[in-house]
Amino acid sequence: MTSKLAGWIIALIALVALPFVHRDPYHLHLLVLILIWSFAYTSWSIMGRFGLVSLGHGGFMGIGAYVTALLWNHLGVSPWIGIPLSMVTAGVLALIVAYPCFRFRITGHYFVLVTLALSGIVLQVITAIRDYTGGSLGYTPRRAGGSSIAALQFDDKTTWYMIALAVWLAGLVIWRWIDRGMISQAMEAISEDEDAAAAVGVNVTAEKLKITLISAMMTALAGALYCQYQMFISPDTVSGIAVSLQMVFAAIVGGVYVALGPTVGAIITIVLAESLRIGFGTSAVGWDNLVYGVLLVLFIIFLPKGILGSVIDRITLPRKTPIDKTSVDKTPADKPPRNHEQETVPSARR
Amino acid sequence: MQSFLDIFDIYLLEAVINGILLGGVLALLALGLNLIFGVIDVTWICYAELVMIGMYGMYYLVQVFHLPYWAAAPLVILLVALLGAALHFLVIAPLLTAPPINQLLATGGVLFILQSFATVAFGIDFKNLGIRLPVLALGEMNFSYARLLSFAAALIGMVGVYLFLTRTFTGTAIRAIAQDRQIMPLMGVDAKRLYLITSAIGGGLAGLAACLLVLQYDVHPYVGLSFGPITFLICVLGGLGNFIGGFIAAFLFAEIISLGGLFSDLEWGYVLAFAFFIVMMFIRPAGLLARRRS
Repeated sequence: MTSKLAGWIIALIALVALPFVHRDPYHLHLLVLILIWSFAYTSWSIMGRFGLVSLGHGGFMGIGAYVTALLWNHLGVSPWIGIPLSMVTAGVLALIVAYPCFRFRITGHYFVLVTLALSGIVLQVITAIRDYTGGSLGYTPRRAGGSSIAALQFDDKTTWYMIALAVWLAGLVIWRWIDRGMISQAMEAISEDEDAAAAVGVNVTAEKLKITLISAMMTALAGALYCQYQMFISPDTVSGIAVSLQMVFAAIVGGVYVALGPTVGAIITIVLAESLRIGFGTSAVGWDNLVYGVLLVLFIIFLPKGILGSVIDRITLPRKTPIDKTSVDKTPADKPPRNHEQETVPSARR
Repeated sequence: MQSFLDIFDIYLLEAVINGILLGGVLALLALGLNLIFGVIDVTWICYAELVMIGMYGMYYLVQVFHLPYWAAAPLVILLVALLGAALHFLVIAPLLTAPPINQLLATGGVLFILQSFATVAFGIDFKNLGIRLPVLALGEMNFSYARLLSFAAALIGMVGVYLFLTRTFTGTAIRAIAQDRQIMPLMGVDAKRLYLITSAIGGGLAGLAACLLVLQYDVHPYVGLSFGPITFLICVLGGLGNFIGGFIAAFLFAEIISLGGLFSDLEWGYVLAFAFFIVMMFIRPAGLLARRRS
């Protein structure tokens, strides 16, 4: 245990020291992007690992980015206030959509489709209020001129690297806190069998809402950070179904059941996209998504635990009892024997 | 004030009728998705992207190979039907025993593949058939023939599927396997073949929808995103796998979008539809017609 802790501390020191040793701005830029997206993917996996597969996170990310930028540009509200406000907005929206879903036991396919529609609708709203958001042309937060703490705009990449690193670490801490806490036990029970969990005293709706709220607010933070760092957002890069699917893809490829899985996913996706961009230039537009798509399908068929999950399994299998294979990616939807009769919403009926 | 009301009423009537016409195509889209869900228990997230590929097929056959519309349409329906069967064979079949969420996410991967394939192969320009159908003027109301034609063709397609499911042996087998997936193979029904046929029919319906939508809308790689989410909302509102529920929900949504679009932008019609959907989730969480089955 102590050696593990020591390993973490050494890794952390190395990560903090990195920008002072290696000053290449392009590499730092990639690292910042990887850290921010890792945080977003980690937020998704907090829900996704318990079978709450959401395709609405693109919507939360868009809200985080746009609410922060709109408040800054139109009302002059500092991102320090705007970001919490955007997180609250995303949280409220998540509750509005998730409450009926959980209260009426909407799970599996239904939940995915409802959340999918949510991210589609956020995209539509951003496009619809084009007088304020610039529509599909994108949007730029007003520059404060140089580095400004109040405006959360920094010229040098090192500052951004530190911010992204801190947020990413916070994401991992939250992941671990949930993983070790009672909520994880409760959620695991819920994803196995909602009725049984409710019978032993788990407040199914409340626990699910808690997880959803945390996940949605973290995603909004990721969106806001992305906006502040890139200083340009467009509906397609921070919201919509494509972003949601990108999160699912990265989290699944990396592995949802280990803390660093989404980070591995982010490294793979961003390095892949960048090397395609550098290798093939503009003719590679679309190729990265093509590769993602093929990889996603292949991973789901052959390696549903993701790269890191499978590697850790391989290493720890002799020592530890392996994670129960069947419980790993089950959703409540397939709990009642789904092939017996034509019950399309087994758990939504009471 | 009087004259304002007159105009307003005409517009309202026009919007209502246009809503019904739009509902036909949406119902067609929902039918394909519901059919696949009802029989195979899989949701094709990439359904709207199949339609997009079909729309590109129409564009290339009509604009590049100069086929007449009537000759191109059956070819496209066949093409998308084959795509649907291929999707089932390559992606869904290996995952049939996996948790349903994995199948759904795998089709999400296919969504990526189809979208970026279209970007790579066809570019991101907006393309259209260059066919401008005349506008039918009824009094002061205008209806495009494209919409009327779409509505009629969608109805014919739906009746065709209904007749196929109720009047043919294969159709009966498909309905039977939707009711009990475990017993039917014991009765000597080849489930694999039926799944493949169902996927092909689902794809064919997407192809038909593509032929109709391409008359009204320009095609680009992301066109699927503009009607995909609404199709999923319709299916969930009607109850996944519930054909009649999906049919009713399609017209409800079309009216909301059309009337919402009358008062404001089209996007707000979608937002209204979504708000309506959330409210309905509280009232009828398992679908419009769920009460009857519980």
